[in-house]
Amino acid sequence: MGATASILWRYTPLLICLALWEIVATAGPFANQLLPDVKQVAEALWALILDGEIVNHGLRSLYRAAMGFGLAIIVGSAAGLLMATFRPVRLLVNPIVQIFYPMPKSALIPVMMIWFGLGDMSKIVLIFIGCLLPVVISSYNGARGVNPFLIWSARSLGASRATTLVQIVLPAAMPELLNGIRTALAFAFILMVSSEFVIAKDGFGYLISQLGDGGAYAAMFAVILVVAMVGFTADRLYGAFVRHQLRWREP
Amino acid sequence: MSGQSSSGSALPADEVGIEIRDVSHHYGGRNGQGGVTALDHINLQIRPNEFHALLGPSGCGKSTLLYLIGGFIPVQSGTIATARGTVTGPGPERGIVFQNFALFPWKTVLQNALYGLEKLGLPKKEREERARHFIDLVHLTGFENAYPSQLSGGMQQRAAIARTLAVDPEILLMDEPFGALDAQTRRVMQEELRAIFERTRKTVVFVTHDVQEAVFLADRISIMSARPGRIQHVLDVAVDRSGGDEVMKRPEFVEIGEHIWGLVRDQAIAATRGAH
Repeated sequence: MGATASILWRYTPLLICLALWEIVATAGPFANQLLPDVKQVAEALWALILDGEIVNHGLRSLYRAAMGFGLAIIVGSAAGLLMATFRPVRLLVNPIVQIFYPMPKSALIPVMMIWFGLGDMSKIVLIFIGCLLPVVISSYNGARGVNPFLIWSARSLGASRATTLVQIVLPAAMPELLNGIRTALAFAFILMVSSEFVIAKDGFGYLISQLGDGGAYAAMFAVILVVAMVGFTADRLYGAFVRHQLRWREP
Repeated sequence: MSGQSSSGSALPADEVGIEIRDVSHHYGGRNGQGGVTALDHINLQIRPNEFHALLGPSGCGKSTLLYLIGGFIPVQSGTIATARGTVTGPGPERGIVFQNFALFPWKTVLQNALYGLEKLGLPKKEREERARHFIDLVHLTGFENAYPSQLSGGMQQRAAIARTLAVDPEILLMDEPFGALDAQTRRVMQEELRAIFERTRKTVVFVTHDVQEAVFLADRISIMSARPGRIQHVLDVAVDRSGGDEVMKRPEFVEIGEHIWGLVRDQAIAATRGAH
């Protein structure tokens, strides 16, 4: 079986979904307005691409997600490493992490609006907060699980404590940390769209809710599909990145 | 940087490799009460450039003593000093090889061997040459770009030895380095280690519970007892080692082995029965 055939085979379930959608939309119990058929959605998508609207809104959203997600990776990784290394930091930060971890971050959307307004900042801060905890926890767990003999080896080879933290503990924590970052990536997309529903003048979420309110259901579905594709692509790219980073694990 | 302070050492470099004076160590418990006494008033002088084995049953504290010399765990009571002074922390003049290899798994063999050389601040070209030289010394040429996960246990331990030797430590600490290897590989590694020792002549402290291994490798053997860990005997293994593998069959080796086995036998039995 060729590579192309193999990919086709893997995504056959998606084609089946597409076919079912078409059948339900054209012959099913829904009015065509509520569930537009595939052709209508494709046309709406093409129109959105042609007038550049979806690209502009999309770039706005992705900018916010990238900023919040990126900041969360930097701050979260460092916080987890420091928690694992220094007891006072652990005692200070651990209870806060425990309390805030199960809290749905979307509950903070109104607070973000009051504090940071309708601009980018409210979304970036929300995404940052949402992505932070999975990164902190995975970094902390990864760093705590480091084989102490690796640290001892590095120290006896002339590495200082600080150097060991960056050159040994961080890479040793990487498999676990990269897992946590993957969770954070999904959170980033969820919070990006949901916050834009509520507090935004642009972005994917804003576009979806605006089109829905205006009754342009085909276009609304088109945007939803685009968001799903963007999320899927980001996750795939991230997966490839992780495989490259952790290539040393494969025998 | 070296993890040592030069004060408190009255020992000339050429007379003592490592001076262990009245070292005790406890795990758990409070203020020395309760818990386990891993080491009980250890006194030992390890000569410079000798191959010294610490032999004893599991739980006798031999690894603890090695980690104390390495400076990985703080000395609770007593002092440990080398020619550089009192040990207060790890330092590159005391290299270590662990039983589980402890290679950096995200680095290739070459990158592992380069790690300590980077810390020494050598020029790039010299680092590379030295790393390759030691990889060659342990017969790993051709595997420079392999990751540890791609290597057998024996090859991983060769890489770990190369990494440690590359920084040219004065003292080489070895914590049951061949304990995780199969019997044939272990035998080959023992011969090669002894050959490397003959060529490089470092002070080696080698922890093992294997009598044969200790006799084959070491110039002197400290026999330790368990719970609390004490040094019971220190023996010289003064034999002619030329001849590689055949050495072990010579009567004087067999005799020393039997003699040591007689000394450790009761300890080994006590250890397995959990008696004191």
